[in-house]
Amino acid sequence: MNHSIGYKREEPAEQPPYLHPEYRSTALRAPERPLVPLPHTLSEITGPVYGHEKVGPLDHDLTRQHDGEPLGERIIVFGRVMDTDGRPLPDALMEIWQANSAGRYRHEIDNHPAPLDPNFSGGGRCVTDAEGRYRFVSIKPAAYPWGNDANAWRPAHIHFSLFGAAFATRLITQMYFPGDPLLAVDPIFNSIPDAAARERLVCRLDLDHTEPEWALAYEFDIVLRGRNATPLEG
Amino acid sequence: MSARRGTTPSQTIGPFHRIMVPWEGAAELVAPGDPDAIRIEGRILDGAGQPVDDSVVEIWQANVHGRYAHVEDTREVPLVAGFDGFGRAITDGDGRFTIVTVKPGCVPGNGDTVQAPHMSLSVFARGLLKHLVTRIYFPDEAAANENDPVLLSIEDVGRRETLVAVRQEGEGTPPVYEFDIHLQGARETVFFDV
Ligand SMILES: [Fe+3]
Repeated sequence: MNHSIGYKREEPAEQPPYLHPEYRSTALRAPERPLVPLPHTLSEITGPVYGHEKVGPLDHDLTRQHDGEPLGERIIVFGRVMDTDGRPLPDALMEIWQANSAGRYRHEIDNHPAPLDPNFSGGGRCVTDAEGRYRFVSIKPAAYPWGNDANAWRPAHIHFSLFGAAFATRLITQMYFPGDPLLAVDPIFNSIPDAAARERLVCRLDLDHTEPEWALAYEFDIVLRGRNATPLEG
Repeated sequence: MSARRGTTPSQTIGPFHRIMVPWEGAAELVAPGDPDAIRIEGRILDGAGQPVDDSVVEIWQANVHGRYAHVEDTREVPLVAGFDGFGRAITDGDGRFTIVTVKPGCVPGNGDTVQAPHMSLSVFARGLLKHLVTRIYFPDEAAANENDPVLLSIEDVGRRETLVAVRQEGEGTPPVYEFDIHLQGARETVFFDV
């Protein structure tokens, strides 16, 4: 039996390196030796599968997890999950987490002196539909300081975690907002060598999906590696 | 053929995932009282030997028979009801994580090879712009390990043992396998380009 039909390899310039000195925490955590190439076996082309049983009906709406409404600018974040060949990825479990509209995480180690919001926890889940589509409702997070240097501020962002179809396509990333002046000086965003690849992490304002008098909408598509077409392509 | 779309780049998990999207029970793939249960206990250490106390560890594995609970494993090997093969744990202040699971069976490699029992493991943390992937093998599978195509592919023979857990003796049940992960240094764990 032949399990050599794996996933296409990443283009190195489209992914961040492990060591990126401008992001200081990489210095003691980036491996110093080259990674060992791993052929894709049955262990890599399989992966955890979660259907809708992990996700409650309101898990996608971060504005409805408490009795009151969170403060801040309401947003809808939606898009499609697909592979590099444009094939949609259905039934993919997505997790998101983010700071509140003042730039504060509900977490004991976040000691940024910005207010907590009793009506905002900042975590959500959803599963993509048959066309690979997803949709979250939330509030726009704010920038926050992060100690990389004396005056380092992260651009506003939402963290995304995604289980694709296989162990090999696991992805954790961050979504940014268009026109944010902090993007130009953020070492995490700028760790990605290829400018076009970086821009894929910036969502797009979409007035067609906006809910008038209610919420702005931002589109953010996520692309995971596609399959090798044939075993011969290796 | 349509044009290739570029992939979405990875970004660090940062320090906040652990509490923001908790996943109850994810570190126990089976009940601790399960007759096949084992405990994987490990520490994650950075280049200064300091514990990585803010990381998330995920494992993916086959069941005791060597079957993956996934549509692409089409072999006639039994599934085990309730065992999905995925686990997630977070490290504590000492960089320690614990996962309760079972030892997987052998699974096929590419071509005519057989892979020794192993778990695939991903490490996510602040300071890792992309997660690290490694594998856990078992010390009581010496013969299978000697023929494992992935272990054999590691050219620096001395580094292969960084992927083999250490069985703790006299710990009672369930059996404990220790698997420390060194991100850097003389004992740097083998990490894979997947
Ligand atoms: Fe963040």
